Amino acid sequence: MLAADWDPVWLTLRLATVTTVLLLLVSTPIAWWLARSRHWLRQPVAAVVALPLVLPPTVLGFYLLLVMGPDGWVGQLTRELGLGLLPFTFEGLVVASVIYSLPFAVQPLQNAFEAVGEGFLEAAATLRAAPWERFLLVAVPLARNGFLTAAVLGFAHTVGEFGVVLMIGGNIPGETKVLSVAIYDHVESLEYAQAHGLAGAMVAFSFLVLVSLYALNGRARTGALR
Amino acid sequence: MTGPDTVHARFRHAYPGFELDVDLTLPGTGITALFGHSGCGKTTLLRCMAGLQRAPGEMTVLGEPWQTAGFHKPVHQRALAYVFQETHLFPHLSVRRNLEFGYRRTPAGQRRIVFDDAVHWLGLEALLSRMPAGLSGGERQRVAIARALLTSPRLLLMDEPLSALDRASKQEILPYLERLKDTLAIPVVYVSHATAEVARLADHLVMMDRGRVVAQGPLQETLARTDPPFRLDDDAGVILEGRLRHLDEHWHLALFDFGQGQLWLRHEGPMRPGDRLRVQVLARDVSLALQEHRDQSIQNLLPARIERVETDVSPGTSLVRLRVGATPFLSRLTTRSVHQLGLRPGQGVWMQVKSVALVD
Repeated sequence: MLAADWDPVWLTLRLATVTTVLLLLVSTPIAWWLARSRHWLRQPVAAVVALPLVLPPTVLGFYLLLVMGPDGWVGQLTRELGLGLLPFTFEGLVVASVIYSLPFAVQPLQNAFEAVGEGFLEAAATLRAAPWERFLLVAVPLARNGFLTAAVLGFAHTVGEFGVVLMIGGNIPGETKVLSVAIYDHVESLEYAQAHGLAGAMVAFSFLVLVSLYALNGRARTGALR
Repeated sequence: MTGPDTVHARFRHAYPGFELDVDLTLPGTGITALFGHSGCGKTTLLRCMAGLQRAPGEMTVLGEPWQTAGFHKPVHQRALAYVFQETHLFPHLSVRRNLEFGYRRTPAGQRRIVFDDAVHWLGLEALLSRMPAGLSGGERQRVAIARALLTSPRLLLMDEPLSALDRASKQEILPYLERLKDTLAIPVVYVSHATAEVARLADHLVMMDRGRVVAQGPLQETLARTDPPFRLDDDAGVILEGRLRHLDEHWHLALFDFGQGQLWLRHEGPMRPGDRLRVQVLARDVSLALQEHRDQSIQNLLPARIERVETDVSPGTSLVRLRVGATPFLSRLTTRSVHQLGLRPGQGVWMQVKSVALVD
């Protein structure tokens, strides 16, 4: 592998890490609300969160490009705040990745919160725990596997994204040229050896992620929660 | 009559299937059993008392308002303890951390129960470092009871704490509950549909049916009603509380004294003179005679006075309430016997008690 090929690898890992952290922060309250609310908005919100699952990445990327561009409302807002425009920047990629990977984090968290059950939270309330203590000391530890699954899936999904990146990030080395785009470049230039190096590494990485995920879920099912 | 030493609960709310409509004033000490068939609303009432479920009404505990017309104190700010049927021990915390969960959240000035005392009362010394998943059903419920008590509650609510347990585990826990009753001076509301548990533990009985209270009062008096709102059928009978006077080793009998009279019961298990006991006398085990017959096999013969005579479940049988001193008894007879003996209120008779069962 050429030294230049390490750049996209580091960039991808950095993007995936930042995205995962933000993803968990954003997804947790959404998942908690979806798991416990009986509000009529619950179904529509769940559908919006799930949209990235069914939309082609290009559609998502296209609209993000418009909204974050100089004529979009987000673009105007970021410009007024002195942040400049988001498209074709690392920050822009982070925002797009969080939205794109949202369902992969929200759904396992929502399932985990639903599985916690009302009983433990009621017990905590009768033991004088305030609502935030019930959430932090009971719901979160009991939903631990949901958090692990959400983090792993969110990270892996961000590493694997291509369409959205191409639409709003382009191909700027060191800024937005992530792994999948680098592989695409190599293939376009008929540099199959380099493409093999990166693509093979991706296959191995994805396999490891899935194996650890299945092991994790298997352990949760056999009741190894301690 | 709401006062600083009573628990007052008034709720009214329509639920799918039944309407909860109760107005109860309970004594400030001792165990009150909320008793009724499943689906009668007793668990719903308990949850409303705790604030886990909302229903319009009022709730006052020992002078402190928990719920009024425009006010609902959040559950976590109420000095209550709740023991759930399914225990709900936190699976990610050890027994010790489970016990500490509520204890640490109770302000130090309000703690009236010492940590080591609760551990000792419920025999948890050897379990402290274990995880809940490794405990038996009975052990888990004991931990749950200790965990609840460690919040030093002003009101203890128990929702069928024994019904998910097998017979052996029930027998394991009941002595702990009996001892707690003597140790704690707080009101306990105990939901159950098991006659045996109620007979053994309760001081005060509230019978519920379809969301309403149909009878309430001290346990003995309420059980001795001849017009029970729902028939206990073969379980109809009275509970007597008293002390063991004397053991007859030769005939394997024990003499039980309930204050206004004495009864022989079979000597079984560990018994010592002076022990406080509860015994049950079923209506079907009590027959009546106009004269004192010594020439028959029944050992327990007591003079009694008839108070009421009423037709039982079927027109062929009658239920007679009698008093020995102030202690009520029930007797189930055929209506023909009642007629032939000419039994009527106020009459003095001899009561023959065929069987006296230790409640356990």
